Amino acid sequence: MLNKRELTLLRGLRDGLPIALGYLSVSFTFGIIAIANDAPVWAPILTSLTNFTGTGQFVGMDMLYNGSALFEIAVTMAIISARYILLSLSLSQKLPDKTNTLKRFIIAFGITDEVFAVAINKREQINFKYLVGLMFGSFSGWVGGTCIGALAGKIIPDSLLSAMGIAIYAMFMAIIVPPAKGSRPILITVILSAAISSFLYIFKTFRDNSFYLILIGGVGAAIVTTVLFPIQDAKDGSDTLGSSADNKNIAEIYSQSSSDVSFSSYEIASNISKTSEITAESDDGKNKEEKL
Amino acid sequence: MTTERILLVITIMASITYICRMLPIVFIRRKIKNKYFRSFLIYLPYGVMAAMVFPKIFFSTASIYSGILGAIVAFILAYKKRGLLVVALSSILTVALAEWIISLI
Repeated sequence: MLNKRELTLLRGLRDGLPIALGYLSVSFTFGIIAIANDAPVWAPILTSLTNFTGTGQFVGMDMLYNGSALFEIAVTMAIISARYILLSLSLSQKLPDKTNTLKRFIIAFGITDEVFAVAINKREQINFKYLVGLMFGSFSGWVGGTCIGALAGKIIPDSLLSAMGIAIYAMFMAIIVPPAKGSRPILITVILSAAISSFLYIFKTFRDNSFYLILIGGVGAAIVTTVLFPIQDAKDGSDTLGSSADNKNIAEIYSQSSSDVSFSSYEIASNISKTSEITAESDDGKNKEEKL
Repeated sequence: MTTERILLVITIMASITYICRMLPIVFIRRKIKNKYFRSFLIYLPYGVMAAMVFPKIFFSTASIYSGILGAIVAFILAYKKRGLLVVALSSILTVALAEWIISLI
């Protein structure tokens, strides 16, 4: 086996670099917005260190500063993080069976949309060392960007700070619009959810509390599109390791949305995995036969 | 906003996020085939984010007019697949500019 192809810690770190670069601007924005909301400098940094999730952090921060109840924050976080169940499940099937429980506890922390997309596109079976490298590489960009953003937030003029109230919503827009453009079910989910939420906003009870907008609008819309447009499963027997059509589907959706990260960095990341796919091709054939 | 509340919220956020990532990879090692379950988990974040953005984005600034302008700029740039930072900053600048003009009128 060629050295170049082996999934080592170093290789993981290298593949994590483009993700880290993409994370920089997102976590930078996170840091700035937190400070604009009057948070102390350590708050966004501690959040990034312990959470390592894009959307969840932004939503959680919004609710923290808007005075939402703890219970509502908890339920909302669970709703937003629910997608990780799917990513974690798929990744679990790509790990060697011998990967022990402690290692699984460690890997679990770093499962983000982008890390998942890169890992799942590998033709080879991934391993603990590679994943740790990939996750640590991305994580350093995430935390680093937050630190720079939090510090930068301190020197932003007050006149701009009042205009920053819109930033978090503009960011969500940047996350949902591109995938809605590429996928009809996602587009319908977004429009339906926005319509329900806007209707509820007429009533004062819902106006002050984004929790109910999320619960009724967001979850309601997702239920409707799930019933109308279920994503087809892979045919039985066609799946080997993580390169099954099924996982490809999920990976594609996540790469398209690339939710938490700027798009250019995902493209770089997916190019990396493409290159490795080509070099892994011959080996993969063997792998398939063994599986069947 | 007390330090206690910040710490409490960060802890809640971190625990729930970690649990969602940890449970399946540690305890479930077989494949889940239910297409409805899988689809729901994929669509859910977009529904949640859309409900958060609309209509709140219009009321997130000092005046609804600057809010609408900022939202339009954010939408156009997002549609052109600009990065998150570019979209956020352009939207902020639009709002700041709009509010400056409004204050002159």
